[in-house]
Amino acid sequence: MSDLHLLTVTELVARLTSGACSSVDAVQALIARKQATDGELHAYISLDEADALAQAQVADARRAGGDSAPLLGVPVGVKDLINVKGQPCSCGSKLLRPYTSPYDATAVARLREAGAVLCGRLNMDEFGMGSSNENSSYGPAYNPWDTARVPGGSSGGSAAAVAAESAFVCLGSDTGGSIRQPASFCGCVGLKPSYGRISRFGLTAYASSLDQIGSLSKSVADAATMLQVMAGWDERDSTSLDLEVPDYAAAMQQDLTGLKLGFPQAFFVEGIDPDVADAVNAAVEHCRELGAEIIDVQMPHIKYAVAAYYVVATAEASTNLARFDGVRYGDRREGGNPEQLASCTRAAGFGMEVKRRIILGTYVLSSGYYDAYYLRAQKVRSLIRKDFEQAFAQCDAILSPVAPTAAYPQGAKLADPLQMYLGDICTVPVNLAGLCGLSVPCGFTSEDMPVGLQIIGPAMGEEMLFRVGHQYEQATDWHTRRPGIGGAA
Amino acid sequence: MKQDLVPTVGLETHVQLNTQSKIWCACSTAFGCPPNTNVCPVCLGYPGALPVLNEEAIRKTVISGLLLECEINLRSKHDRKSYFYPDMPKNYQITQFDQPLCLGGGVDIEVDGVKKRIRLNRIHLEEDVGKNTHYDHGSGVDYNRAGTPLMEIVTEPDIASPEEAFAYLVALKQILSYGDVSGCNLEQGNMRCDVNSSVAPRGSDTLGVKTEIKNMNTFKGVRDALAHEIKRQIREVKGGGVIRQETRRWDDLAGQTASMRAKEYAHDYRYFPDPDLMPIVLTTEQVDAIRASLPELPAARRARYVSDLGLPEYDAGVLVADKAVADFFEATVDISGDAKTCSNFIMGELMRLLNEREVELVDTKLTPESLAGLVMLSNAKKVNNQGAKAIFEKIFDQGGDPEAIAQVEDLVVEAEDVIAPLIEQVIQEHSGPVADFKSGKAAALQFLVGQVMRLSRGKANPQAVSEELARKLGGK
Ligand SMILES: [Zn+2]
Repeated sequence: MSDLHLLTVTELVARLTSGACSSVDAVQALIARKQATDGELHAYISLDEADALAQAQVADARRAGGDSAPLLGVPVGVKDLINVKGQPCSCGSKLLRPYTSPYDATAVARLREAGAVLCGRLNMDEFGMGSSNENSSYGPAYNPWDTARVPGGSSGGSAAAVAAESAFVCLGSDTGGSIRQPASFCGCVGLKPSYGRISRFGLTAYASSLDQIGSLSKSVADAATMLQVMAGWDERDSTSLDLEVPDYAAAMQQDLTGLKLGFPQAFFVEGIDPDVADAVNAAVEHCRELGAEIIDVQMPHIKYAVAAYYVVATAEASTNLARFDGVRYGDRREGGNPEQLASCTRAAGFGMEVKRRIILGTYVLSSGYYDAYYLRAQKVRSLIRKDFEQAFAQCDAILSPVAPTAAYPQGAKLADPLQMYLGDICTVPVNLAGLCGLSVPCGFTSEDMPVGLQIIGPAMGEEMLFRVGHQYEQATDWHTRRPGIGGAA
Repeated sequence: MKQDLVPTVGLETHVQLNTQSKIWCACSTAFGCPPNTNVCPVCLGYPGALPVLNEEAIRKTVISGLLLECEINLRSKHDRKSYFYPDMPKNYQITQFDQPLCLGGGVDIEVDGVKKRIRLNRIHLEEDVGKNTHYDHGSGVDYNRAGTPLMEIVTEPDIASPEEAFAYLVALKQILSYGDVSGCNLEQGNMRCDVNSSVAPRGSDTLGVKTEIKNMNTFKGVRDALAHEIKRQIREVKGGGVIRQETRRWDDLAGQTASMRAKEYAHDYRYFPDPDLMPIVLTTEQVDAIRASLPELPAARRARYVSDLGLPEYDAGVLVADKAVADFFEATVDISGDAKTCSNFIMGELMRLLNEREVELVDTKLTPESLAGLVMLSNAKKVNNQGAKAIFEKIFDQGGDPEAIAQVEDLVVEAEDVIAPLIEQVIQEHSGPVADFKSGKAAALQFLVGQVMRLSRGKANPQAVSEELARKLGGK
């Protein structure tokens, strides 16, 4: 068996460019690795091997013709809620299993143009709703470090595949931590770009004012490469920002000398796993040794973030998911009249957590409750945004844990959704404020589960994430450690 | 119980804007295409698709607002209005809830010589929905219409009778046609109306319970439905009954309204700002630029026809009623230089033929050039009245050059030097009638004119002959 699957995107591009391997070789290595691991992991919902190989052949032909697009021939896995023309896009839901995308998301179109081979649909919590990947209608994905544990969510399949090296890199989406938290749980790099940095066109909406497409990768450099290709204004998304995209590869080469990094205690919530706290504290200390100045910043409103998040996100979700009525697409259940058609389709198609959030969102928008919930949550949102503004007046980036715990056992929090929601405390403030965040591996617990360090940058300040993340990564070897699944080294 | 009950009426009129493309996507708004051919992931509400606001829709709404004397909101936004219905792809409609594009304004009407202003509450911009069709076995939805930009124009409860409602709609249509913001074609559903009405004792401070008649698509229907509904409410109240707040449907054939659903079960629409769209921010400069490009409104045009062209008030009113007709009139006057004769042809022959054939001006072959040609032919007395009417019908139906038609159809009247000897001959041969006319029997002149026409084989101009005879015989 070839060892091509072990490569990062940067390394694979170098091999493809030098002619040391072909895109078909890379896809074949990936398919073999998936076969060796996915029985245990269930990271993939599907992978059309013939289509992936056909795309790889086209990429190889392009290269033979002198093309040198930045991701030419690189296989990229896609979280199952991002539209790729001709591929399924079930969003992890039973309701959308018969659906095939008639169009490419803008981010996907840009990857195609850059030569990427779009292969595989990655497992996820239904419509992005969940933090453990246990809410997938296809059954959960498992953590490659310990398959009795969750991989995190909602981009759990993407994180598990990258960590187990059955994917070189994957697209995810992050509404309240859905990229960063599974990256932390699985020991890979997770990037949530700023709101408006990557077009949301083609990303099935969970909460429109919070959703962003991002990547799960083996290195910070790979995250920078992916963003470079996908970022930038899109006329099809009114909320995408028309700003120049900086050179991320150049930005991450700068060392940390003179940087001010904020380290707010507000993220160290009650009940945080001491192993997680130790690993994060050690990582912050490491950054100081690398030349950064660590300063204390106050974030008084972080404690309200989870409550505000679950009001805003579910309110938006309750309308975003209203379109799934079985009339135009999806797993339609006849009911006699149009009202019953929608009702039966939704009753049969949506899982428990999705129904819970739709009901919650419908409630908070109801006449008489709007001011008390939705409006108040929006006020909390602006207070949190202000907290960050004041913090970024004093520092260049903020460091924090990604989650209060490492990956927990399957089923541990399934019966107590509120407990599950509280695990999002470190990540949701970033979405509420529209900022960017990066999760990088920073250690392990005493039970050998990975821990992530969250680097938070100001809106449109991804260069800072890559700079801090890359410099820290180069100085440590956490990212090189791989789980022992599927007979890996 | 004796009481004088008076109605209060408010209208919500949905007007489709005549933009080329839909409000959130590039799909065509063309009417009458095969079902579901003008659709895309955006207007079908596919997962991941996002709306992007069509700026032309904003511009046309602002034009409407300015023409209707509204205040333009420099900052407005779009909201989601949630309810499940198969013709609505996203199961929420993107509309404007608390910050519409236009506020206030009004429309002036006149009923039985009484002038009145119907105040507007607001105009907001939203999306149209698809169309349901029910068959014997099952239903179909056509989403071609879904996403067509729609203005909702809401009046204050200022309307006091079915006639005022009718006059308001006619005036509104006229203004919107002048603004070229909508096709205003009722058959194609360009204008649809929700009618709110209630009755209360005259002089009462509070309004009665209102009912709503939904989705009326003819002005006559609004008038008839309202007349019936007001009668029904008065009868109900006088009989000691109560009016339920409800939605009613107008049955055109039966000539009555019937209950559709009671308002108690009305939806909670759960409005909230649409996170997919940025607020609409306009500058005073942008609004002023649109204001500077506004077309002349019918009232101003009518005044100008009276003062500058010397037309009677009545003629001016008829000419401006339809913008296409008024534009055509002006173009014809520009070529022919004779406003009164142009006006006569338009008010007479044109209106008659349009009515008879049940067509619009645009459907005919008539051009300003051809009508101006006819005006000049007629002024030069080269054709008589009968001939002019025949030529008009030809250029109306088939187009062509009036002069050439006159030649081919043998309608050119004879020149004066051919007719003069004929007049002399008739005076010589008919001394009796000549004497009668001279002694004051005016009717005798008609006989003499007829004789000249006979001798000319119909090719004399009867008016000219009549004048010449009268002059020669010294009659009055
Ligand atoms: Zn469309």
